[in-house]
Amino acid sequence: MSTAKPHNRIVILMTFLVALLLAIFPIGSANGWLRPEFVPMLVIYWVMVMPQQSSIFSLWCLGCVLDLLEGVALGQHAMALMVVAYVCLLSYQRIRNYTLWHQTFIVFVIIGLHQLVDNWVHSLQGNAAQSLVFLLPAFASALMWPVVWLFLEKLRVSYRVS
Amino acid sequence: MKPLFSQGPSAASRVMSLGAVALILILLSTYTTLLDPLRARLASLTSPFYSVVNAPGDAISWAQDSLRSRQLLQRENGAMEAELLIHKRKLQQMASLAAENVRLRQLLNSAEMVKDRVLVAELIGISPDPLTHRVIVNKGLQHGVYLGQPLLDAAGLMGQVVEVSDYTSQVLLITDATHALPVQINRNGVRAVAEGIGDLYQLKLRHLANTVDVREGDLLVSSGLGQRFPVGYPVAKVVSVVHDPGKPFARVVARPEAQLNRSRHVLLVFSEAHSEAPAEAQ
Repeated sequence: MSTAKPHNRIVILMTFLVALLLAIFPIGSANGWLRPEFVPMLVIYWVMVMPQQSSIFSLWCLGCVLDLLEGVALGQHAMALMVVAYVCLLSYQRIRNYTLWHQTFIVFVIIGLHQLVDNWVHSLQGNAAQSLVFLLPAFASALMWPVVWLFLEKLRVSYRVS
Repeated sequence: MKPLFSQGPSAASRVMSLGAVALILILLSTYTTLLDPLRARLASLTSPFYSVVNAPGDAISWAQDSLRSRQLLQRENGAMEAELLIHKRKLQQMASLAAENVRLRQLLNSAEMVKDRVLVAELIGISPDPLTHRVIVNKGLQHGVYLGQPLLDAAGLMGQVVEVSDYTSQVLLITDATHALPVQINRNGVRAVAEGIGDLYQLKLRHLANTVDVREGDLLVSSGLGQRFPVGYPVAKVVSVVHDPGKPFARVVARPEAQLNRSRHVLLVFSEAHSEAPAEAQ
C-alpha cells in the first residue's frame, strides 16, 4: 500500500493476507453474523495512519480478491472498501486524535456503512438480510477494534512502518 | 509526508472513480453473464487460501483418525459391517425391482430410466458470507464437472454447481435465498416448487393451494421437471403445514434431508446429457 519504504509494503501486505484468511476461516454457520470484518478494519487503520501513501487501487484489488474468496458479486467488497476508504480519507485527522473508546464508536459507524453497501448489493441479487441483523458484524468489529488497534500499533512500531 | 504539490488526481477522486468502476462490475455480474468466464479463470486463485484455513481442521481430524483406539475401531467396523449388510439386502430387492420397472416401462413405451453416474468429491470450503449458502468442492473442469451439475450427500440433494474452475467448483445450496427446485411429494406425486429462504434448516413450498393434500412428514423428492436435477432423489421432509383461511396458499415448511452443514464427502451426479464423464466417474 505504501510507497515510502520497501519493507512497509511487505508488512502491510502480510497484515492484509492474515485478514483475508480470517475472513474465510470456518467458524460454523450459526456464528456467521458474529465474524468481525477484519479487512475493512485494517483499511481503516492503515488509511488513518498513512493517508497520503495509501494506494487506493491496491485497496480496490483487495476488495475484488475478497469477492472471489467469498463467492459474491465481483465488485461488492471493492465498492464497500471504497466507501470505507473515502470516509477515512475525509476524517483521518479527527479519528487519529480520538480516544480508543471513541474510535471504537467511529469504527462501528464506518463498518456499519460498509455493511449497508454489502447488504444493498445482496438485495440486488435477491438475498438481502430480513432484519437489521446485517449490522451485527459492525458491532463485532467495534468490539474487536481495541485489540486490533493495539496489535497493529505494536507491529507498526516494531517494524518502523511509517 | 504529504508532498507539497501532489501529482495526479487526489485520493478522494481516485476513490470515487474506482467506486464507480466497482458499481459497474456489480451491475455487470448481477444482470449479465459477461464476467463469468473471468471469474472462473480467477477462482483457482482462491483454493490456496481455503487450503490454508482448512489446515487446522484437517490436522485435528487427522489426529483423531490416527489416535483412535483399537477397540473403538473394531466397534466402528462392526457397526459398518452391519450397516453394509442391511444395505446389501435392500440392494438385492432393488435389482429385481429395477428390472421389473424397466419391463413395465417398456410395456408402457416410455423412456428407460438411465442409471446416474457419480463422482465422489470433498468439501473444501464454505462461503463465509451468512447471506449466501455456497460451498466449494475439490473437483473441477479437469474432472468433468459442468455448470448446473447436481450435488448430493448420503441423505439427499444438496445443490447445484454454479461456478467451475480447473480444480474446484462452487456449489449453490438448495437453501440459498436465490435457489428453487421442482419437487414432488413422494406419497401422492403432487408437484411443487421448493425454494430456499436463506435458512440452512428450512425450505418453503411455493404456491401450494390450501386444498392440496400435503401432510407433516411427507417426503419431497426431486421431480426432474426443471431438466437440471435427476428424478427421485430425496430433497426434504415436510415439518409444518399451516392453512390460513385469509391467505390464498398454504404455508408449507420442509427441512432438507441432506446434512447441509455437516457433510464433508459429497457426490456429483452426471446426468445422461453429460455422459462424456471421465474415467474416474463410477
